[in-house]
Amino acid sequence: MANVISDETMGYVGILAKLELSEEEKQAAKKDMESMLDYIDKLNELDTSKVEPMSHVFPVKNVFREDVVENGDGGEATLANAPEKRDRAFVVPKTVDQ
Amino acid sequence: MKLLELTAVELGKKIKAGEVTVEEATRAALDAIKAKEEKVHSFVTIDEEGAMNRAKEVQKLIDDGTLTGPLAGVPVAIKDNLCTKGMLTTCSSKILYNFIPTYTAEAVLNLEKAGAVILGKTNMDEFAMGSTTETSAYGVTKNPWNTEHVPGGSSGGSCAAVAAEECFYALGSDTGGSIRQPSSFCGVTGIKPTYGTVSRYGLIAYGSSLDQIGPVAKDVTDCATILEAITSYDKKDSTSVKREDTDFTSALVDDVKGMKIGIPRDYLGEGLDPEVKTAILAAAKTLEEKGAIVEEFDLSLVEYAIPAYYVIAAAEASSNLARFDGVKYGYRTKEYEGLHNMYKKSRSEGFGPEVKRRIMLGSFVLSSGYYDAYYLKALRTKALIKQAFDKAFEKYDVILGPAAPTTAPKLGESLSDPLKMYLGDVYTVSVNLAGLPGISLPCGLDSKGLPIGLQLIGDCFKEKNIIRAAYAYEQTRTYQHSPIAQD
Amino acid sequence: MSKQYETVIGLEVHVELATKTKIFCSCSTAFGSAPNTHTCPVCTGMPGSLPVLNKQVVEYAMAVGVATNCQINQYSKFDRKNYFYPDNPQNYQISQLYLPICHDGGIEIETENGKKTIGIHEIHMEEDAGKLVHDDWEEVSLVDYNRSGVPLIEIVSEPDMRSAEEVIAYLDKLRMIIQYLGASDCKMQEGSMRADVNLSVREVGAKEFGTRTEMKNIGSFKAIARAIEAETARQIDLIESGEKVVQETRRWNDEQGYSYAMRSKEDAQDYRYFPEPDLVPIVISDEWLQQVKDNQPELRDEKLKRYQEEFGLPEYDAQILTSVKKLADVFEATTELCKKPKKVSNWLMGETMRLLKEHDMDPEDIKFSPINLAKVIELTEAGTINSSVAKDVFEKVFSEDIDPDKYVEEKGLKTVNDEGALRETIEKIIQDNPQSVEDYRNGKEKAIGFLVGQTMKAMKGKANPGMVNKILKELL
Ligand SMILES: [Mg+2]
Ligand SMILES: [Zn+2]
Repeated sequence: MANVISDETMGYVGILAKLELSEEEKQAAKKDMESMLDYIDKLNELDTSKVEPMSHVFPVKNVFREDVVENGDGGEATLANAPEKRDRAFVVPKTVDQ
Repeated sequence: MKLLELTAVELGKKIKAGEVTVEEATRAALDAIKAKEEKVHSFVTIDEEGAMNRAKEVQKLIDDGTLTGPLAGVPVAIKDNLCTKGMLTTCSSKILYNFIPTYTAEAVLNLEKAGAVILGKTNMDEFAMGSTTETSAYGVTKNPWNTEHVPGGSSGGSCAAVAAEECFYALGSDTGGSIRQPSSFCGVTGIKPTYGTVSRYGLIAYGSSLDQIGPVAKDVTDCATILEAITSYDKKDSTSVKREDTDFTSALVDDVKGMKIGIPRDYLGEGLDPEVKTAILAAAKTLEEKGAIVEEFDLSLVEYAIPAYYVIAAAEASSNLARFDGVKYGYRTKEYEGLHNMYKKSRSEGFGPEVKRRIMLGSFVLSSGYYDAYYLKALRTKALIKQAFDKAFEKYDVILGPAAPTTAPKLGESLSDPLKMYLGDVYTVSVNLAGLPGISLPCGLDSKGLPIGLQLIGDCFKEKNIIRAAYAYEQTRTYQHSPIAQD
Repeated sequence: MSKQYETVIGLEVHVELATKTKIFCSCSTAFGSAPNTHTCPVCTGMPGSLPVLNKQVVEYAMAVGVATNCQINQYSKFDRKNYFYPDNPQNYQISQLYLPICHDGGIEIETENGKKTIGIHEIHMEEDAGKLVHDDWEEVSLVDYNRSGVPLIEIVSEPDMRSAEEVIAYLDKLRMIIQYLGASDCKMQEGSMRADVNLSVREVGAKEFGTRTEMKNIGSFKAIARAIEAETARQIDLIESGEKVVQETRRWNDEQGYSYAMRSKEDAQDYRYFPEPDLVPIVISDEWLQQVKDNQPELRDEKLKRYQEEFGLPEYDAQILTSVKKLADVFEATTELCKKPKKVSNWLMGETMRLLKEHDMDPEDIKFSPINLAKVIELTEAGTINSSVAKDVFEKVFSEDIDPDKYVEEKGLKTVNDEGALRETIEKIIQDNPQSVEDYRNGKEKAIGFLVGQTMKAMKGKANPGMVNKILKELL
């Protein structure tokens, strides 16, 4: 296996992705990721040095809106699914940095 | 006559002629669902009351001449990643276990305008990540041809519901084969349109640059009709394309004389089940006999499509799924200490293993130091794949091949080896990378009695070519109802 | 003797654009509504929602780019910046990293040490975040998405500034340019202009930059100056005591006068930028760019020159009048009406400024109509009212924007030019104040002032002062 992912990397990616895997999940995910990356390394067989990365398949461009207010009070719909709300706002654990 | 044996267009005609009422059709579908759900489990949500009310309403609109289209009054099932106002939309994930959208996906709105009656929401792989519909948080959907087998995925619920005849047609979504592969496994017909043809507004995103919504039905006529109904230029979707040639039903012509069809040799090699290969080549022969010019050619780069696809899809997914955090909607963990712990616990408890795996992979390939090596490399590979197709379509009108290397595997066989499961997408993912339209339609059964799917791929905006070829081929066959449908 | 240090500063300035709607949805950007009212599925990160770009945002960004001498990227794209925070409903911010709309510009500033050009590395478009309100009693914060998706441009300077003075001159200049363009009101107090300060120190003469820190979202010019001073001192202290400056983000606490690191292992600064798949590229044609250039309004430097050349104003007047766009607008509109630029300038620089100060207002808050100031000037010039009455009338114009013609008429404030009536009054004043009369006659020139005052008081201020003087001297 060419790609070896350290526990540290798994922890780091977990912080980025906001996922906390159990030890068992972590080991499984690590193994899967290593084999996926080995497989993805196959792309290195291709010489892409002269190829521009393609994010959009079609050359669509300049899709704009005019600056006109069309939406009214979205409050009720916005909060309809909130797990916790108060005073027309979403409630989250305190965010002030310590 | 069993009403549910009818195609959507056939039922539409009978409703228009007054031979069947919308309520009768809806009742019949709801009864079929009741009878068959225990065996197939295609649905996450069934909206009996809403459907019956809507049926009454639609009948009135048909009677007073407001609704005149071919799908007016025909009951439909919607994949559970399409938002439906007031109706639970879960993406088959625990993290959206209670999410009731306040808006409806544009494609579904278009169907409603055409007079559709929504029966409910179909099961899928969680967030469309999977090829078996086994990663759903709400139970496994089974293949109506053999309930020990998977229906495919991720639109497994939609395809199984059509094959089991619990509805007249369904909507699915296709990011890497999620309409075509389960259509193939379930013996039904499904189209993945050209990227930008159907608005993605209200489709809960997996891989935004790859996702397209499309129809699943019993035959090509239905699919063309449904696609015509859901296609629209939508100013809410910046990637929506203004098209004019969207009269897809005009391509329902039994004539392939002079049509150039290419079969990629790379699609017939290692990994392809011999029975599938035989059926595909027989279908090609049939088209040749009808006057098409069929030849094999080298498409190239086929083996690079899956790695490129998984990098791009996982990267986009890791970002698209960041919004599920327990703040605005959906699942929030019960106990937590502080903000980040709340995020982590809600997401870790709310997402299933396959989703977590892809989010981790996607976050990794985008992370500092890896972006160029993985993500940009994949985007460059995508450009090469697009070029390869462009070259092929200079010579051919249609590319023909299998939709999947095998027929439906047994339940539980695939998840143990994710990489192997991913490899099953070899014939479908490149179509999404290049934004092309593709159709899968039945072309026989294997020795186990499981359906085999024929895939036809067209150049961008050339749905009509694949619809015409598929329709001509379909004329040589009769639709085979699944065992569950015949129960 | 300790070493000499130099402070190196670069700024990231966020400016909220003056569009009516948000950058990616048609929700209003208006201030002051109940929480979560200006919201929709797009700006609250609902599943399945998609962004659509507001064209006005692109035009404002281009206009600011042109005005700050930037190159415009005629092929520009959006990228996603991924990080989790509740004010950011998608947990990614749509911004620009790889192909920002403007790059490589700069503006000239002037300080006591002379003129200097501050380079602008790039200007990019992005969306603002929502607002978090912290509950003091419970361990919770409340999230309001009314500001989520309000369009911002982020102006990233080169590390070209060396002192707080330069930073403030740069910010002032930027603010002026953007206000003149009408692209934003740039009110720091209201948060429509915010600055992140990147700062490092090095020994004078050193070639390499030191390690920099970033101080986030400082809310006023004064706070910026204080933060720069404190951070410079902190970094020098570290270096002098042999410690290392850590590259980090710090938050400035202006009340306490110190900054602290916002370190958390949960905040890995790895934003995983990638091209936003839900938006398509912006391609700016030569014609479009030319159009924006042609539509650029006159900016401050041009006005400054024109006021001196066309209106013959002293440089000092022109400087002050153009220092705030609103002042320049009022000046030009009033001058247009009364054709007396120097008089208008005097009224604006004198009485207007005095009243603004008295009411603790900014020039942007001026409410009166140019026509009413023009009328005050005309009434004064025609001798219809005298200058002290004019000041009173203007005060009414300033606070209530009254019509001076009507007001003067109704209150009977016209100057009394009737010599007979004046003579009568003055004779009476002379009779009633024999002491002053005698003082004057004995050579105390000042005593006449008292008599003039008494006359004006008796005439309720409406007397023509020149005439009063003349008659008094005659009678004495
Ligand atoms: Mg920024
Ligand atoms: Zn909005």
